[in-house]
Amino acid sequence: MSTFLGLPTRRRGTPTTDGPLGPVPHPDEPLRWGATFPEAARAALGDAQLRRNLGHATSTIRAKRAAVVGEVSDWEALRDAGSAVKGRVMADLPALLERLEQNVTARGGVVHWARDATEANRIVTEIVQAKGVDEVVKVKSMATQEIGLNEALAEAGIAATETDLAELIVQLADDMPSHILVPAIHRNREEIRRIFLERMGDAPADLTDAPRELAMAARAHLRRKFLAAKVAISGANFGVADTGTLAVVESEGNGRMCLTLPETLITVMGIEKLVPTYDDLEVFLQLLPRSSTGERMNPYTSLWTGVTPGDGPQEFHLVLLDNGRTRALADDVGRAALHCIRCSACLNVCPVYERVGGHAYGSVYPGPIGAVLTPLLTGGAPGEGLGHDDPNASLPYASTLCGACFDACPVKIDIPSLLVHLRAREVDADRDRTVPSGWDAAMRAASVVMADAGRFALAEKAAVVGRVVAGRKGYVRRLPPPLSAWTSSRDLPAPARQTFRDWWRDEHEAPPGGNVLGDGVPGGGTPSTVPDSSAPTSTAPTSSAPTSSAPTSSEDER
Amino acid sequence: MSARAEILAKVREALGADPLEVPVPREYRERGDLKPGSAAVVELLVDRLVDYRAHVHHASAADVADVVATLLADAGTVVVPDGLDASWLGALPAATTVLHDSRSAPQPVEALDAADAVVTAARVACADTGTIVLDGESDQGRRAISLVPDVHVCVVRTAQVVHLLPEAVRLLSAHPARPQTWISGPSATSDIELQRVEGVHGPRTLHVVLLGA
Ligand code: SF4
Repeated sequence: MSTFLGLPTRRRGTPTTDGPLGPVPHPDEPLRWGATFPEAARAALGDAQLRRNLGHATSTIRAKRAAVVGEVSDWEALRDAGSAVKGRVMADLPALLERLEQNVTARGGVVHWARDATEANRIVTEIVQAKGVDEVVKVKSMATQEIGLNEALAEAGIAATETDLAELIVQLADDMPSHILVPAIHRNREEIRRIFLERMGDAPADLTDAPRELAMAARAHLRRKFLAAKVAISGANFGVADTGTLAVVESEGNGRMCLTLPETLITVMGIEKLVPTYDDLEVFLQLLPRSSTGERMNPYTSLWTGVTPGDGPQEFHLVLLDNGRTRALADDVGRAALHCIRCSACLNVCPVYERVGGHAYGSVYPGPIGAVLTPLLTGGAPGEGLGHDDPNASLPYASTLCGACFDACPVKIDIPSLLVHLRAREVDADRDRTVPSGWDAAMRAASVVMADAGRFALAEKAAVVGRVVAGRKGYVRRLPPPLSAWTSSRDLPAPARQTFRDWWRDEHEAPPGGNVLGDGVPGGGTPSTVPDSSAPTSTAPTSSAPTSSAPTSSEDER
Repeated sequence: MSARAEILAKVREALGADPLEVPVPREYRERGDLKPGSAAVVELLVDRLVDYRAHVHHASAADVADVVATLLADAGTVVVPDGLDASWLGALPAATTVLHDSRSAPQPVEALDAADAVVTAARVACADTGTIVLDGESDQGRRAISLVPDVHVCVVRTAQVVHLLPEAVRLLSAHPARPQTWISGPSATSDIELQRVEGVHGPRTLHVVLLGA
């Protein structure tokens, strides 16, 4: 089966940009917001500050991760075990979920099930309201971001305070997170100082931008809230089916505060976050910290099982969340994305993420894993594509397929293969649609040309003429029908001055010693005589972003 | 249909009729080369703790009370779990207020906030990762007491130090339901430009007293 690797897009709303505060408005759909990936990516690429912040942060964390992974002699064996345990969890999910429920209940917890975000938000809101409070403290949690819990609580008049430092920065700035682990990775210290001074209310007036001072300001700001909180809301990194034990992995102690001090704890957990046995934690608690923060172990991990009389919250609710997970599970290739333990290593090694940042993905799950997980969670009927009217359909194209994410993933999710699978899924879904669209016509026209060498050569020559119609930025905005169906929803990079075939022939007829091709490193070492933009059939504008993937991925190799 | 029934039905449908058998290879190291409690394993633990900027002290049964007293010289109020070995506190100055805490007689959170330090024992320590685990038994106390005060003095018997994480987990899995706190250095954040800052919400100072035989 031939797989179309082009880039379908359709425009969505554009985010507003106004200084350090609130560049991304809070979306109605946390899994589908902002501009399309190519649009947002192009805007992000123009933001030099963002790229500096990201480049600095991701290179720091890559180096740390490489060092602590390198010292573990059985790292590959741990990855194999982690991958297999997660595979087994998926295969045995119904029984494991029932076991978890039984064990949490036996220890005095209450288990709720939520089909989607609305149901989960309603359950949580009702529990908070029953406690008669209008303020809750929160531990950073992807699941609650995914369902837009803070916004739902706000609608019910309940203020949710994020207590993780980066989440607090994002919340105060009225911003959206841009990284799974370090949600404010797109902010530098000076921006954070300004956010604190303008929005925190009790930040010291002489606050400097020293990270230590900023952290201490957050400590002082949150302390009173922790000590007074009646209800806390968390996510969970792992839930042990056999024992009913839940685990939260964190650094700052805000998690411990939330999990320990309030009377009531509500934990929202995706149904895929299970491990079968307590002993399985020995695998994941080695894989996760080294992959995510690049530490041998994160400062604090909390484990609790239901309610412990006299110690910690005396009322515990566990909300098990589907919200598209069963849909992802129904895709027997895509289901591997549910193995993700949200370490964020794949983001940090991704040449595309490093340049465009998390917001461009238009989902709370950015980066390589977001590019597969978001379309899987938000797809149509189980196992089907989204259709290219859906902006999330463009996410599987937000990759160069360089493979760095696969190498970094502690549970060995083959993200590049998943991306290709999802691209194919979209094309197949399109093919099944009854009314032929301009898209199909354009694809058919392209395949007629590409099927025959002579015609392709001719078309290439014609495409060189296309340079004339390209605008100053080097993109062709409009082509004549049927190719106009292509350019109506995407730009085409201006064709090369010289076709690849012409260039090849010239090079081979050149005097001995002439460079033929690069050293095989993707994007690196390309001879200067190579046409300055790719052949007309290659991928869209974002390909200009990640051309120098080599240093990024190699830095991380073990 | 209830949400529970519907989700479980969808999961079953998604997985199809015949469930996959997924074997789990466990080729990773389940035991380390270093013997529990050996000098080498303790040395490794010290290396990790220092790297996290915890403060490490060595003591024997004879001088542990003095070591603890020195660390708490400036503490006016100290919280301890009621099952703590009383001899560890034997050298505290008479002026020091000692607050005893237990599940049945917990200190209010305001008292914990006003206290200067806490002293606890530990369940197990993993040298490879520099991790100390508290499991809430009576010599370690409620989770809140080792969290709210700003200084944590944690006494770890060297015999409790194991090399690798699986060794620690298998020891803990005898009582999985106990509320556990795994501590690897003082609280820290790397949220600002990935630069590590020690001491955010948890105790900003962690003293580990390694108590030899
Ligand atoms: S896909 Fe793998 S590397 Fe990426 S966040 Fe998930 S577990 Fe980590």
